[in-house]
Amino acid sequence: MKKVEESRTSRVGVNYPRMSPQERRDVLEKFHPDYIEDGFREIKVGVDKGARLPNEMADVFESWSRLRHVDIDLRAEPEYDVDVLVIGGGGAGASAALEAHGAGADVLVTTKLRFGDANTMMAQGGIQAADKESDTPAIHYLDVVGGGRFDNVPELARALVRDAPLSIKWLEDMGTMFDKHDDGTTITGHGGGTSRKRMHTARDYTGAEIMRTLRDEVYNKGITVVDFSPAVELILDKNGRAAGAVLYNLETEQYLVARAKTVIIATGGSGRLHYRGFPTSNHYGATADGLIIGYRAGAKTIYADSIQYHPTGGAYPPQLLGLLVTEKTRGLGATPLNIKGEQFVYHLETRDVESSAIIRECEERELGVPLPTGITAVWLDSPLIEMTHGEGTIERQLPAMLRQFHRFDVDIRKEPMLIYPTLHYQNGGLLIDDQARSSVENLFAAGETTGGIHGTNRLMGNSLLDIIVFGRRAGRSAAEKSKDMTAPEELNLDHLISYHRELEQTEAADGRIGPMLLPHYTHR
Amino acid sequence: MTETVKDSIKMVDIYVMGKRYTVPETLTIIDAMEYAGYRLTRGCGCRAGFCGACATVYRIAGDYELKVGLACQTKVEEGMYLAQLPFFPGRKATYDLEEIKPSAAYFAQLYPEIYRCLGCSSCSKVCPQDIDVMQYIAYIQRGEFAKAADISFDCLMCGLCVSRCPVNIVHYNAALTARRLFGRYIANADPFLAERTKAIDAGELDAEIEEMMAADKEKLQEMYNNREIEK
Repeated sequence: MKKVEESRTSRVGVNYPRMSPQERRDVLEKFHPDYIEDGFREIKVGVDKGARLPNEMADVFESWSRLRHVDIDLRAEPEYDVDVLVIGGGGAGASAALEAHGAGADVLVTTKLRFGDANTMMAQGGIQAADKESDTPAIHYLDVVGGGRFDNVPELARALVRDAPLSIKWLEDMGTMFDKHDDGTTITGHGGGTSRKRMHTARDYTGAEIMRTLRDEVYNKGITVVDFSPAVELILDKNGRAAGAVLYNLETEQYLVARAKTVIIATGGSGRLHYRGFPTSNHYGATADGLIIGYRAGAKTIYADSIQYHPTGGAYPPQLLGLLVTEKTRGLGATPLNIKGEQFVYHLETRDVESSAIIRECEERELGVPLPTGITAVWLDSPLIEMTHGEGTIERQLPAMLRQFHRFDVDIRKEPMLIYPTLHYQNGGLLIDDQARSSVENLFAAGETTGGIHGTNRLMGNSLLDIIVFGRRAGRSAAEKSKDMTAPEELNLDHLISYHRELEQTEAADGRIGPMLLPHYTHR
Repeated sequence: MTETVKDSIKMVDIYVMGKRYTVPETLTIIDAMEYAGYRLTRGCGCRAGFCGACATVYRIAGDYELKVGLACQTKVEEGMYLAQLPFFPGRKATYDLEEIKPSAAYFAQLYPEIYRCLGCSSCSKVCPQDIDVMQYIAYIQRGEFAKAADISFDCLMCGLCVSRCPVNIVHYNAALTARRLFGRYIANADPFLAERTKAIDAGELDAEIEEMMAADKEKLQEMYNNREIEK
């Protein structure tokens, strides 16, 4: 830490050079976990048989249904009977519910934990939108596809950037408090990989501010929300179209049937699968539930093998392991340093490149800081923020970070943080089109459970945007589709029979049951 | 965990709902409960101090004081007696944001109980985010929504304030409504945003995006690598 302090004054205002395209490619291919082959395998069952998936996700895909030995009476009167069923109570689910309700549909929201307990709530850094005169949705588009390694589905990236300013307006009209100057001009900044200052923030509680506003509005509209009741399988109708879901009440341990004309999967990501043993910044419930129930019903996936490691996860003290240190910290000018107190990478490279450079510094160059817990880390020089922007900046701009480190006796205004990449985001997922339709009829999806929007690397501030843009689109599409429909007939779970047959033939499941619902952390 | 590291960790006794468990002292309450064998459903959410799902009441053996904290943000201590609040049945007033106005009179119809505040400050003392809860209730009473919005902003809606209030105020819901009123009616609108959304709705900015969609990967790469970056 001494070396960090000694070199700090000489580092104020000095810009470390960005990597060239060739250097970026090299560091990614050598150090990014997406490129390390033994972490992956080909799945043996389902519509994407043969696709490459991370082992931990393949384990979930190659699993028996929870309903394998359960009799569900699908001919009885269902417990819930609605136009639109929204599975998932995060930002995408809430946005979908509001729009579907607004379009006149009868909506049910069902969620595994509490309504609003989701990665949305934890997103600190911001939400992107090209709503300044110096910026346009097209410039935003170029940042999105460049950051996404040019793998993005163009129609989805277009929807994302085009709807972005509309989303900000929608949120503001609901009273969401973005950071502003007195005249109303929104204060925007950079994130990794942005070419314009288009990051809108609400201190470092951006996601929480959005989520609590959406949740409040869902309650105001009187939309039915059933919590602690995850969907464990989709139900199809006689023509193989989505027609509802089997819910599992975690408290009474009963299975319940929800019939719906259209279904939206908005169950979020999968960080709690702990790919390659990495710690995660994700919510307790991020276990890929929607991905597997959608997949069993025949929904195709895209880039499910692409995982985002956030460069700055907490490394020490141990209580903060994996905790997200918001990218806004680097946006404000904090720089990564090695054990000698030297900067080794530009501080605002895209997340994949920045993470790979940190892993290289610790592994290949052996210049990480060894910790008593047995791992190595690098410094993130937060006091530099105060020296660059003036005292009090951290308290004003990063109150959550200041508070979280302070709880464990670290004052980030005076001491640098110890960080290492943390498992942060599932770049791929269920394939959708720009109306949020999956490859199964009457099944829609939105948010982190989907893929294609961000290519194989998402930029900061585009996931809060994604959940609003595609949550709203899914809500409108699903409501619209349900309008001319009568109640689905001959509900069935026949897709499980064929999925199980494949599992039997390939012997792939090995006793595993999915979806996981909750991670196993009990002491063994 | 290697044996040497394991041996050097001090263990403490905690009491989860009265039952004793021996756990490493470095753990948070959440981690300690899992270490002890609990598989949590209620009382566990983001595990990072943002969602407010894990409000916990505890007391240290030998002391009479009841303390509170977020289980994911509080380390265990020797002799800690604890129980989590699974849910708090606080009332939320429903309203149409377009129909109400940012005035104390309107607010009193939604949450009349805020005027029964005794000024005991129990809510402020109990807040795990160190928010001066009583002060923002006072601001709301006076219709000073900008101030209430500002100081209540870091609220996680964990419900601990409500659990201690002698007159049953639901502070966190009142604060949320105050912030939404501020955001909707008091904060100035961005001067350019409306113009931009109008242009998007009129399709004026589509051509530029479509041009990029039509470009091949090499062309896009070149554009990306040479793009101008705002200082």
